[in-house]
Amino acid sequence: MRKIPSPAVNAENKPFFDAAVRGRLLIRKCISCGEVHHYPRAICPYCFSDRTEWMEAKGSGTIYSYSVLRRGVPEPYCIAYVTLEEGVSMLTNIVDCDLDAVRIGQKVKVVFKPSEGGPPVPMFTPA
Amino acid sequence: MTIKGKAYLVGAYEHPTRKAGDKSIAQLHAEVAKGALEDAGLAKQDVDGYFCAGDAPGLGPLSMADYLGLKLRHMDSTDTGGSSYLVHVAHAAQAIAAGKCSVALVTLAGRPRSEGSSGTQPRSWGANLPDAPFEAPYGIVTTNSYAMVAMRHMHEYGTTGEQLAWIKVAASHHAQHNPHAMLREVVTVKEVLDSPVIADPLHRLDCCVVSDGGGALIVARPEIAKSLKRPRVRLLGAGEAFKGQDGGRLNLTTSAAAWSGAAAFAEAGVTPADIRYVSIYDSFTITVLVQIEDLGFCRKGEGGKFVADGNLISGTGRLPFNTDGGGLCNNHPANRGGMTKVIEAVRQLRGEAHPAVQVKNCGLALAQGTGGQLGTRHGSATLILERE
Repeated sequence: MRKIPSPAVNAENKPFFDAAVRGRLLIRKCISCGEVHHYPRAICPYCFSDRTEWMEAKGSGTIYSYSVLRRGVPEPYCIAYVTLEEGVSMLTNIVDCDLDAVRIGQKVKVVFKPSEGGPPVPMFTPA
Repeated sequence: MTIKGKAYLVGAYEHPTRKAGDKSIAQLHAEVAKGALEDAGLAKQDVDGYFCAGDAPGLGPLSMADYLGLKLRHMDSTDTGGSSYLVHVAHAAQAIAAGKCSVALVTLAGRPRSEGSSGTQPRSWGANLPDAPFEAPYGIVTTNSYAMVAMRHMHEYGTTGEQLAWIKVAASHHAQHNPHAMLREVVTVKEVLDSPVIADPLHRLDCCVVSDGGGALIVARPEIAKSLKRPRVRLLGAGEAFKGQDGGRLNLTTSAAAWSGAAAFAEAGVTPADIRYVSIYDSFTITVLVQIEDLGFCRKGEGGKFVADGNLISGTGRLPFNTDGGGLCNNHPANRGGMTKVIEAVRQLRGEAHPAVQVKNCGLALAQGTGGQLGTRHGSATLILERE
């Protein structure tokens, strides 16, 4: 498997990666306007309220788009945007499957994969 | 305040090098500055405004202004990636209209080819990026970012690899006439599709070249333009825009060109049907297709049909594009293709493109740039230029 670079954890995003250690996928919800967003911010990117909170996502979604990078890398890997059931799309990898069979619209579920010296990161595999 | 007619592109120069291992990046900036000033018939002492972006070494414009020996009353180092230089032309026109400078120099130069840059490597934009912790672990690079745009466009609109390949074919038809182009061989749709897949669905020949080089532009106020001996190219309209992931409400098949283009057309008071020649940023074939739709040359989703069958080839197609061969065949200095888009538009309007690709009676041209990544976040800038 490809070596996964460690995400740069900072004060704002630390709860997201702490939850990843426990196998939970968090997204950010705005208490003022009710909208969820990703990647998570302290201030809502829609209504600009600072009343935002963490919310656990179900961890299931569908593939919005993807691409398998095949050249210039030690082994092919699949980058993708997955649209979560909660409505937001997140950049990720599709893993633990036949990369030639990945399709837009495919149903996927979250799995957590270790990074190099950092917290695990959420990826997706066919549901 | 409008910039319509307030500024002219009086000088343009493209560095002939495609591999510059024996030169420094600052030296390349100086060589293109000198070339553009000579093209305009102006001297360095005439320059009182300077514009550069992240390819210029140092803190904003400071090191390069010192290296070049400039005396300035206006400077701007806006960086929106490859689209920066179109933004610079627009900002120079604004500064000229406001009386902040009279002669603006814009430079770009870089050596990604000598330095071993590749579109399959991650690019670093520095520490503390808010998005990087949620993207870098997944191996987002230039090619797979644009590939996701192509994959989604194919899914939503039925766009095909053959249609994308036609964009490369058209660029290659133009590049055969450019002695400086990196890839001068005319290619077929089959050859594009037979080239190795880099990132599904993009093949090697869907990707731009990696080249060293640079370019420069001189923007001046009307009185100065009228005192010079060169054919006059007037800025009619400009637009700039940004588009990102919108907090996860993703739409990969529309670019910010939809907004920058609309703003430029409104300011210029012309429509896509009036445009005789287009320079369209071509980091990948899909980049061209999406921008052609968003600029209004065809409806969203119909770009595949529009670009097919040689419709972008000068002399036979309805919309001649990138007659220098573009980033797909000619060059992509500093991995930033906006500068060369403006330069070829100026050549076309002056009637100085290669005779085999020169558009007849080319009175109105559009130059379009994007910067960053269409698959994550990008800037877009549009210029509409007129031969006076």
